[in-house]
Amino acid sequence: MTEDSQGKVELSFEVNGEERTVRAYPMERLLDVLRRELGLTGTKEGCGEGECGACSVLMDGALVVSCLIPAAQAQGARIVTIEGAAADTRFRDVQDAFLDFGGAQCGICTPGMILATVHLLQNKPRPTTDEIREGLSGNICRCTGYLQILEAVEDAVRRSSRT
Amino acid sequence: MKTERIIGTATPRKEGRDKVTGQARYIDDLSFPEMLYGATVRSRIPRGKIKKINFGPGVAWNEFVVASARDIPGQNCVALIGTDQPCLADGIVNHQEEPILLLAHPEPHSLPNAVAAVSIEYEPLPAIFAMEESEQQSEIIWGRDNVFKSYLIEKGDVDGVWAHADYIVEGEYTTGAQEQLYIETNGVIAQYDPQRGITVWGSMQCPYYVHKSLMTLFDLPQEKVRVVQVETGGAFGGKEDYPSMIAGHAALLAMKSGRPVKIIYNRAEDMAATTKRHPSRTRHRTAVSKDGKILGGEIEFTIDGGAYATLSSVVLSRGTIHAGGPYHWPNIRIRAKAVATNMPPHGAFRGFGAPQSLFAMERHTDRIAHMLNLSPIEIRRRNFLKPGQTTTTEQRINEPIDLEKLLDRALQLSDYDGKKQRFAKENQGSMRKKGIGIAAFLHGAGFTGSGERYLSSLVGVEGQPDGGVRVLVSSTEFGQGTNTVLCQIAAEALGLSYEDVTIAQPDTDQVPNSGPTVASRTAMVVGNLVASAASGLKQTLIRAAMLDESCTPEEFRAACRKYIAAHGELRSFVRYEPPAGIHWDDEKYRGEAYSAYGWAVYVAEVTVDLRTYSVSVDDFVALQEVGRVLHPVMARGQVLGGVAQGIGFALYEKVEWREGRMQNSQMTNYIVPTSSDMPPVRVYFEELGNVHGAFGAKGIGELPMDGPAPAIVNAVEDALGIPFDSIPLLPEDIFAAISKSSAYETSTVSVPL
Repeated sequence: MTEDSQGKVELSFEVNGEERTVRAYPMERLLDVLRRELGLTGTKEGCGEGECGACSVLMDGALVVSCLIPAAQAQGARIVTIEGAAADTRFRDVQDAFLDFGGAQCGICTPGMILATVHLLQNKPRPTTDEIREGLSGNICRCTGYLQILEAVEDAVRRSSRT
Repeated sequence: MKTERIIGTATPRKEGRDKVTGQARYIDDLSFPEMLYGATVRSRIPRGKIKKINFGPGVAWNEFVVASARDIPGQNCVALIGTDQPCLADGIVNHQEEPILLLAHPEPHSLPNAVAAVSIEYEPLPAIFAMEESEQQSEIIWGRDNVFKSYLIEKGDVDGVWAHADYIVEGEYTTGAQEQLYIETNGVIAQYDPQRGITVWGSMQCPYYVHKSLMTLFDLPQEKVRVVQVETGGAFGGKEDYPSMIAGHAALLAMKSGRPVKIIYNRAEDMAATTKRHPSRTRHRTAVSKDGKILGGEIEFTIDGGAYATLSSVVLSRGTIHAGGPYHWPNIRIRAKAVATNMPPHGAFRGFGAPQSLFAMERHTDRIAHMLNLSPIEIRRRNFLKPGQTTTTEQRINEPIDLEKLLDRALQLSDYDGKKQRFAKENQGSMRKKGIGIAAFLHGAGFTGSGERYLSSLVGVEGQPDGGVRVLVSSTEFGQGTNTVLCQIAAEALGLSYEDVTIAQPDTDQVPNSGPTVASRTAMVVGNLVASAASGLKQTLIRAAMLDESCTPEEFRAACRKYIAAHGELRSFVRYEPPAGIHWDDEKYRGEAYSAYGWAVYVAEVTVDLRTYSVSVDDFVALQEVGRVLHPVMARGQVLGGVAQGIGFALYEKVEWREGRMQNSQMTNYIVPTSSDMPPVRVYFEELGNVHGAFGAKGIGELPMDGPAPAIVNAVEDALGIPFDSIPLLPEDIFAAISKSSAYETSTVSVPL
């Protein structure tokens, strides 16, 4: 990674199944690279300090807060954002359950919540209620009081177990 | 018999799919060519004169656009109810974080250094931070007496009751500031064109409030200001007035630079600089007979408005009217005032003064019960308002509300008696003390008194070329379900399917002023107007002999298409008319304060852990009567969200102030409930129906914020036997109270650690 005159470097990583190359400052937040350079605005900024989870993405299968990931750390990584999760038919049940159970109100925490759910279900296809609570406890929602989100996740589990 | 097809069903949220797929576009997701980014230089002192502004070294200032108060073409104010709050400080600052100077630059990352490089020399003036200091008038910082507004409600003969009272119960209750903490921070984009004027896109509740303030700030006629609400990531009152401030800032920079300007606050700026719930202090003095009847009382309700008037007068009004709770007061005097301090202005937050005064009322009701050796249930039962009786403003209750029945159902649903007995037994010798508490309350829907008449909301419904219809309102969606319920109402009124109805984006060039999206008024007041406008549309088609009264959806759509083909457009507008029998005296503060009230009884079960002094809420029953439930999933969602915010208000959310500046303006140290903190909340609705609202609906948004805090703190008292009268109630407060209470120590001394 050699810096250009502006101090930017060339970074390559996979986003939602596509190879992408960007020029970014090494310490630029992955959040900003996704939103500004790649136009993936589904990833939201809520607090900028890793507390609220609105900017959650999957990086090499791990759930990370993209506001705390320096761009350079994403070099070579495999990233999934809400746009990728939304296009993936495997996660359609999660979307539908959030809609049916009132899991999205203002919607700003929703992309992060859905990625946290996807991450949970990939690692634990049959989570208990406590495991769902725990799995989503890094994501703050101010509208719903969480219960309809938890119910949506439980329903997504039921839907996927039927198919 | 209910015959509705769409009302009362869980239709899909109109903008839901966009939200769950990340396609919904919020303000920070929009970008314009040549756009600059704006930032705000703010006061770092609570009060003083600005002597000099220095632009420090190390910044290429020629790359920046700088705007100050001198660039304002019109009146330097955020025009709301009054005009006392400047858009940019001019020579003097009255609170920390007050905006002084604006900077814009093409690169957002260049802004923080530049903001830090501006140093301001002040001549400090003495500042006041507490309501008591303001009342003592040691410094006059606003008007003649530091009082933004005061109200006096008088009913009966209070002075005559004390002599007959068997008991006189006094108490003082306080509540703290609370941050709305919408997850999307405040933000706008502004564009200026010398011919067309100003356009602002933003995250907001009230496009026409922003419109009005921009007209004043820029001295422009209404057609030269356009305000567009984009998808808004939560608001809760926090985007009622402040968007007018930011819109003014971005528009000033846009005018000066000739380029679009985006301002998005980061979390710390949003928390430190924008409004919060008013801190409050309520004093009760109540005369009670030995059989537990309230004879009369005095209530003194005071709120801290901060440095400028903003919405304090109306927050105070609602808090004042709700201060007597759902009880019958034969005699009462309520004195209320909003006072000025050098704090950032406090503003609207869900409940709007009522959560403060109702916390006091519902704690005080338990205090009265304790004093009389009555149960908290019995004291409420004996004093509930009944149909035919009058409220503190002498509004006769005409609804067939039966609060005793509501209470009984809540007791049964929560197994109140069983738990009360069990906890009393199990708490002995346990380090985990359990308790159960109750709160009964009401919340008026819509603007207070003559408010709706002054708003004079206008609502439209228009036919579409495809035969469907579109709702035209300035009422905004910010999570609570405006888009969905207004479309449900129009579809129901027209006999159309839900999918045939859409709603216009709130854009002041396109939609009429249906009033602000506040005060639990949208479903009830605006919804009713949508139903009327929809019916008017149908009548137009019937009068044109294109449609029969009893038509199928297909016939309606065909007639709609035919009419539009023949006449170009099909539109129906309806303006608000006050319901008959609504009389309000603004001078005496007497009469029909609200056209309808929501009623509720909430029961909280808690555990206080004597090792950590933390309180957990273990179970929660939320029973309410809000008229017809238009959408069962969203109505329940409103209650669940309100209860969560109420739990935060009661137990977690503490704003730490130093010299009038928020010290914990981060989500790391301002703690709100997470999914792990939520008890099972069991939500129930009673439906009595209400003649005023759309299909019998009343307001629901604010009611659930009022009850959780007193129910929880009453439960904590039940668990510990120690009364707490201030919120937020943190573990350190419980620790301090237990340490002070020697009686308590002896009762727990036998417990092994």
